[in-house]
Amino acid sequence: MSAIIRTENLTYTYGLKTPLEKTAVSDLNIEINEGEFLGVIGHTGSGKSTFVQMLNGLITPTKGKVYLRGTDINQNKKELQRVRFQVGMVFQYPEYQLFEETVYKDIGFGPGNMGITGDDLDRRIRSAAAFTGLKSKLLQKSPFDLSGGEKRRAAIAGVIAMDPDVLILDEPAAGLDPQGRDNLLSQILEYHKKRKNTIILVSHSMEDIARVADRILVMNRGKAEILDKTRNVFAQGHRLKKMGLEIPQITKVTQKLIENGIPLPQGILTVEEAYVAIAQLLKKEGRL
Amino acid sequence: MNFISVENLSFKYDSDGEKLIETSVIKNLNLRVNQGEFLCILGHNGSGKSTLAKHFNGMLLPCGGKVYVDGMDTADEKLCFDIRSTVGLVLQNPDNQLVASVVEEDIAFGPENLGVPSAEIRERVENALKAVDMYDYRNHAPHKLSGGQKQRIAIAGIIAMEPKCIVLDEPTAMLDPRGRNEVISTITKLNREYGITVVLITHYMDEAVKADRVVVMDNGEILTQGTPQQVFAQVDLLKSHCLDVPQATEICHKLKKLGVDIKTLPLDENSCVDVLMEVLR
Repeated sequence: MSAIIRTENLTYTYGLKTPLEKTAVSDLNIEINEGEFLGVIGHTGSGKSTFVQMLNGLITPTKGKVYLRGTDINQNKKELQRVRFQVGMVFQYPEYQLFEETVYKDIGFGPGNMGITGDDLDRRIRSAAAFTGLKSKLLQKSPFDLSGGEKRRAAIAGVIAMDPDVLILDEPAAGLDPQGRDNLLSQILEYHKKRKNTIILVSHSMEDIARVADRILVMNRGKAEILDKTRNVFAQGHRLKKMGLEIPQITKVTQKLIENGIPLPQGILTVEEAYVAIAQLLKKEGRL
Repeated sequence: MNFISVENLSFKYDSDGEKLIETSVIKNLNLRVNQGEFLCILGHNGSGKSTLAKHFNGMLLPCGGKVYVDGMDTADEKLCFDIRSTVGLVLQNPDNQLVASVVEEDIAFGPENLGVPSAEIRERVENALKAVDMYDYRNHAPHKLSGGQKQRIAIAGIIAMEPKCIVLDEPTAMLDPRGRNEVISTITKLNREYGITVVLITHYMDEAVKADRVVVMDNGEILTQGTPQQVFAQVDLLKSHCLDVPQATEICHKLKKLGVDIKTLPLDENSCVDVLMEVLR
């Protein structure tokens, strides 16, 4: 697998050369693979948001480089807009960024800026709406008449319509109810599988990350503490706890069962996996 | 003892656009919150739980029915001030609730407005900060604290007004796991040690587990209520109304359906391990 994004000694210091100097991201050297689903976790203030904002040039690193397919994105400031078309970003609470008269126009704003017009634009808007599960009859409504969950979908569709190669989502499910959260994540996962693009998901919900991510980047005090496969990361419960993080409840339960001598597989991440493993075990022993 | 009583409450939001169909957000709802109780309200987005919470301190007034807070009718304008100093409200985003540039001053804001003498304000601020374990940060700038710390400052600001009841509307939605733990243990402590009545609205099922009573709202009505044990036993009902149960409960529920002998569904990880050890041993 080739790297789509590579960072080299990536550092960002807020208030450089002032008494309030604070390094939010320090010396980050990582590679993000083409087509992977990367989860980013870390306590508040660990540098996650600063990090992802450097990936599409919203913040210029104070030291180090970001390479997108081998090219330094900050080398030529005129090229930055093109970088932003390739690396799409959905911020926290994106529904506050809706502004157009209709949902249709709002979703079309990004691709329109890329110079896309006519049928091509129409197709992009409709497929982006479909990807996020937004009903087509809502497209002609004002975005401000939608419910909270629908607004969220419309805002995400606006970024998907630009068809970015890398899609960054910062806490896309915050504030949604459990079912809304589940649906949104399933749709993002579905989109990822069909489009085969790279997704970077920042979240505080370990359960959500466990469900969708191939690999996890754990940030702690501005450093990349761990970057590994999801299972391997959640196998380090004690280390995560020290960083103010958690592992999914079901993973904790199965780990304790294993410690008590129950022969279950290591690194169970979802209720479904645990259910299958326990049911199999009971069947094998003829107790079911 | 009955502290807040909601009698046949109904509520609609005014729609000034003609196209919007008027829908009742709360329909004929009856609920009692007891003095000293830790009550948790669950419900999907749009179920009416935040609207209900705003009736508890007169931020919204009933379209039909009555809400009494400590015997006071919230519709009585003369009592508005007393009601708001009896019930404090904490909201989702801590950044929207902090007003001053020093922690101490932020907490003094509420009591100052109540006309508390300045010597007593000092005392109240200190006690409130100690209650949320933020005393060491009294001279810090609120905007430089972490999310969990900010939310605890917002709670301290309410405590300094010495309310009998605190209503919290998704206070942990924007926090990381550590911040969530800090806030929830602060809330639990205020309830258990200081006897403050707590109404907590949340989407996190593991927080609801800590309450004395859970009320589940759906479509402006109460769907079900009871102890966390009773409510979370109804896994299928909750799931069909866009809600969830803790993972520890869900796994045991699924196994039980498969025919595994599980009598009571666990609510947290330790009891889940005990239940499963019993089954697997």
